[in-house]
Amino acid sequence: MSEPVTSIKTPIRLEYSYTAGRASTRFLRGMSEGRILGQRCPLCRKVYVPPRGSCPRCGVATQEEVEISGKGTVTTFCIVRIPSENLSVKPPYAAAHILLDGADIPFFALILECPFDQVRMGMRVEAVWAPREEWTASFGNIRHFRPLAEPDAPFDSFKEHL
Amino acid sequence: MGHPCAVIGVGQTKHDVKRIDVSIAGLVREAAQRALDDAGLGWREIDAVVLGKAPDMFEGVVMPELYLADALGAVGKPMLRVHTAGSVGGSTAIVAASLVQAGVHERVLTVAFEKQSESNAMWALTVHVPFQQAIVAGAGGYFSPLIRAYIRRSGAPEDTGIRVALKDRKNALKNPYSHLVFPDISFEQIANSPMLWDPIRYLETCPSSDGACAMVLTSAGAATRAPHRPAWVRATAMKSEPTMFAGRDQVNPQAGRDCAAELYKKAGITAPRRELDVAEIYVPFSWFEPMWMENLGFAPEGEGWKMTYEGATALGGDMPVNPSGGVLSSNPIGASGMLRFAEAALQVRGMAGEHQVEGARLALGHAYGGGSQFFSMWIVGAEQA
Amino acid sequence: MREVAVVSFAQAKAKRRELDANEVEILMPVVQEAVARSGIPKREIGFTVSGSCDYVAGQPFAFVSALDAVGAWPPISESHVEMDGAFALYEAWVKLQTGEIDSALVYSFGKSSMGDPAAVLNLQLDPYTLAPLGIDAVSLAALQARLLLDSGRYTEKDMAEVVARSRRSAKSNPNAQLRGDVDPATLLAEPYYASPLRKHDCSPVSDGATALVIAAGDLARKVAKRPAWIRGIDHRIESHDLGLRDLTRSPSTALAAERAGARSGRFDLAELHAPFSHQELILCEALGLADGVKINPSGGALAANALMVAGLTRIGEAARRILDGEAKRALAHATSGPCLQQNLVCVLEGN
Repeated sequence: MSEPVTSIKTPIRLEYSYTAGRASTRFLRGMSEGRILGQRCPLCRKVYVPPRGSCPRCGVATQEEVEISGKGTVTTFCIVRIPSENLSVKPPYAAAHILLDGADIPFFALILECPFDQVRMGMRVEAVWAPREEWTASFGNIRHFRPLAEPDAPFDSFKEHL
Repeated sequence: MGHPCAVIGVGQTKHDVKRIDVSIAGLVREAAQRALDDAGLGWREIDAVVLGKAPDMFEGVVMPELYLADALGAVGKPMLRVHTAGSVGGSTAIVAASLVQAGVHERVLTVAFEKQSESNAMWALTVHVPFQQAIVAGAGGYFSPLIRAYIRRSGAPEDTGIRVALKDRKNALKNPYSHLVFPDISFEQIANSPMLWDPIRYLETCPSSDGACAMVLTSAGAATRAPHRPAWVRATAMKSEPTMFAGRDQVNPQAGRDCAAELYKKAGITAPRRELDVAEIYVPFSWFEPMWMENLGFAPEGEGWKMTYEGATALGGDMPVNPSGGVLSSNPIGASGMLRFAEAALQVRGMAGEHQVEGARLALGHAYGGGSQFFSMWIVGAEQA
Repeated sequence: MREVAVVSFAQAKAKRRELDANEVEILMPVVQEAVARSGIPKREIGFTVSGSCDYVAGQPFAFVSALDAVGAWPPISESHVEMDGAFALYEAWVKLQTGEIDSALVYSFGKSSMGDPAAVLNLQLDPYTLAPLGIDAVSLAALQARLLLDSGRYTEKDMAEVVARSRRSAKSNPNAQLRGDVDPATLLAEPYYASPLRKHDCSPVSDGATALVIAAGDLARKVAKRPAWIRGIDHRIESHDLGLRDLTRSPSTALAAERAGARSGRFDLAELHAPFSHQELILCEALGLADGVKINPSGGALAANALMVAGLTRIGEAARRILDGEAKRALAHATSGPCLQQNLVCVLEGN
């Protein structure tokens, strides 16, 4: 008599076609041109990047496009010490919230080209782009951020974004 | 509001990394049967079933209430399935309670579960959706920067998280259902465990568990025949805010503060730390305890960590937090919120066994989900009003 | 029970494939319209509940990003069911019954075109014994249709007539996807798709969104000239084991109808959520609808079927006709699960 069956493996495969949506399409096309495009809410006037076509706070459509600098300030961060399937970067590395100049919400990205223990709140950083010939309509054009040779931003300048 | 609602039965499974001894149906039935036994009721006496769990990708079963209708005795009855991310266990209990409070049903069975070993929770939580930014750091990587921001804002000592983990892991030794059990747990053991996302260490993190929790909620009339003391639902509240918007405070979210304020108002509570005897709150990473102490109004802003430091949140303290061992000890994601609500009920029924808080009469159950944006809470008491 | 009424309803035009807008962009104008039409300021709406399905959206926590369409600030009291929006409406109705709140916004959204609905719905089945057999939703429905035809109670012609009537009615529905004049005889000449179902016996794949606002008593009277009162609402589920059920009948629909008070009184119309033509026949029988009741004046699910949306849309379409003064009493139905496993019935009435 064989052992009772206690489990089965049933691989599942589903295919989906995703739509970027209008706002993301604008943003990703901007990416393919080496530009960071945000959108400004007509009511609260805040700039969202990446834009989502709506202001989550006001619940209205956003249309006004704003070009955002690739420079920004680290508002907060963590040091990741465990490897991730999706990433080729070897831990430990810094994953940070970066407030790009001109934007009103932080952007999540990795900080590289810098000893991870030097990453700090208020640090000034800049986007590092992939080589131009590799640009596609994707977030991946910005590989990571690296330190800028600028004095740290004062805590008060970004504390409301914490 | 509405008709009084009582918790007359509580059941939960032994939580574990992989419950290979039961199917999904077997898992939920284990919890549900225990709740019914506790309530002294049979399956037929239940009027409606409310099921809750987190994303279906955790098991690979779409809308599992359909598959589980038979296992949960729901054939011929109304059945709902709630999904509000991590707070779902709590919201599910609230939806179930509202059925009684609305006078729609007399006896409602509510079950929350996760059998995440059947799929891949890590994959499900970080699956890369095209056109959206890839989540590179996992759930811990999302919350760790917020914790760092809390430490900066409050000036809390760096080992506060270790103290929370130590307390919860010691409490877990008194809970026979706990997944993670470390009989010799010590401060050093936690401090020396691998750092995952600075400042969160391995032993300061919740596990991934298979588990289920169930409760039987009834009207006051049906509660009179209950074999054990009921817990009375004194207030419930749910609040949500957007994931990300300019100026959002993710460390001390407004939705959490508003939810607690509404809850206390409904329960007639003006000094929560003094009036509540125990709190079961959703702490998946150690540092959430001090953060939630402030968010819940138990401590002034920036001082939540002092409650941990002073031992106020320990079993013998003036505001025991997570005497069950909390989410740090067992984390079947869809059930974790309901476990908090259920443990709060066990406390005021005097049925929490070794982790009973002496004389607990009023308890808080709390759950949160998403990017600290969905909150569900309830207050249960030994008295109806 | 407290008097609760639907006071507004809005929907997106159903489309085979929305390539331009994502879910939030489809949903936002629909939510805004429903709120505007309700006459209740957004910040005064007491509760928000939505219905959607992660596997339809191809991502976990799909409802979370949808919240952006609502503008949840200051924080709102909000919930979600991983079910058709009709069940979200039920949750909202219950909340109003507790007396805690006086109004609620209910919405649902789904872009069924993103994946393969039949394959996605296969995953609704028992993961150990049924799903691995690879049965898709259309084949299951075909099995049910075969049983129904073999029972001798209905013919393929009856099914074709349901389709023809639905398409014809949909001509006056600007939001429907499949509309036009088709002759049953022509339909019957079409080849089988999954015998005995022909392609037209199956609902189309649709992208869409629906929203409505409900309000209690005096508030409903204040904001709507002709509120669509929910006189009764109930839902019941059957066994998941297809072998245990008589698939040619719908006892859960009959029971829900009885509990919702749909057994007595006349209906001007009935909006039935039947994703397959033969299922409409089963539902009508279970509901015991009198001759002369207009079935699916909107065209029903055969004209547009955004998963997780179509059920709430049936309730909205029925309510709209009462709000507009076209009808006095309507029945609305929603279904979930394989072969009509779970059913919700709602009785709506004007003043």
